[in-house]
Amino acid sequence: MRQGILSLVSGTLFGAGLAVSGMIDPARVRAFLDVTGAWDPTLAFVMAGAILPMAIAWLVVRARSTPIVAEQFYTPATSPIDARLIAGAALFGIGWGLVGLCPGPAIAALAIQPAPALLFIAAMALGAAIHRFALIPRRSA
Amino acid sequence: MPGFPHAMPLAGFIGGLMIGVAAAIMLLGNGRIAGVSGMFARVLGLSQGGAPWMMALLFTVGLPLGAALVAANRDVEARFPTSLGLIAVAGLIVGIGTRLGAGCTSGHGVCGLSRLSPRSIVATGTFMATGIATVTLMRLAGVVA
Repeated sequence: MRQGILSLVSGTLFGAGLAVSGMIDPARVRAFLDVTGAWDPTLAFVMAGAILPMAIAWLVVRARSTPIVAEQFYTPATSPIDARLIAGAALFGIGWGLVGLCPGPAIAALAIQPAPALLFIAAMALGAAIHRFALIPRRSA
Repeated sequence: MPGFPHAMPLAGFIGGLMIGVAAAIMLLGNGRIAGVSGMFARVLGLSQGGAPWMMALLFTVGLPLGAALVAANRDVEARFPTSLGLIAVAGLIVGIGTRLGAGCTSGHGVCGLSRLSPRSIVATGTFMATGIATVTLMRLAGVVA
């Protein structure tokens, strides 16, 4: 129950932050990537603002053994930098550059421009499904 | 901002703080990474492991809810390209890429960079580079998004 409330609060604050910062606007995000055009540096200020509280949070994680309302920290294991990571990030960047949308703003934009946001999200779901059923190596079990 | 008439440095920084605090609530409260691509895949039942389904659902539902709350009080722009084909292709590539690369701008960019995770630093540098390359190539080719 408390975990659910915190999840909703986190998602809502996250979505509000995307709207306040202008990152929900694909044209503005794309303008950040448009370094040879009318470059818009806003995204860099957003990243700085977002990294600051999270850097503090990671320091708190080091000092605590458990989160406030969960049994343990489920932080990603330190796996190696491999070809999948590079290929995936490279692909993501291409899709990001095409229209200026990444997953968070796309989902948040449902509240502003529902039709094109839904199209992007549906295509994104198809992409996630293709990854799940065609690209994950079979587990030897 | 001098030289950049359309930039919103202050609103960007404040909105960024909100995003960072939101991710910190998820991490310190629930012990989870606020990575949107991972949460989204979890909601669809397309990820192995990850956050509990209800947690992922409530976080994901919160995103448009938060945007709607802001839009109720002030103008919020979301300028999409007009080409539906372009939007669909981009969504498909983002869907595959973020799952293959295990994260997007939130998971790698915000949560990973702030942790100084080598994987996230490499991933963020890579998607920034290919994003800039894509926009630049489209500009050179005269393609308007």
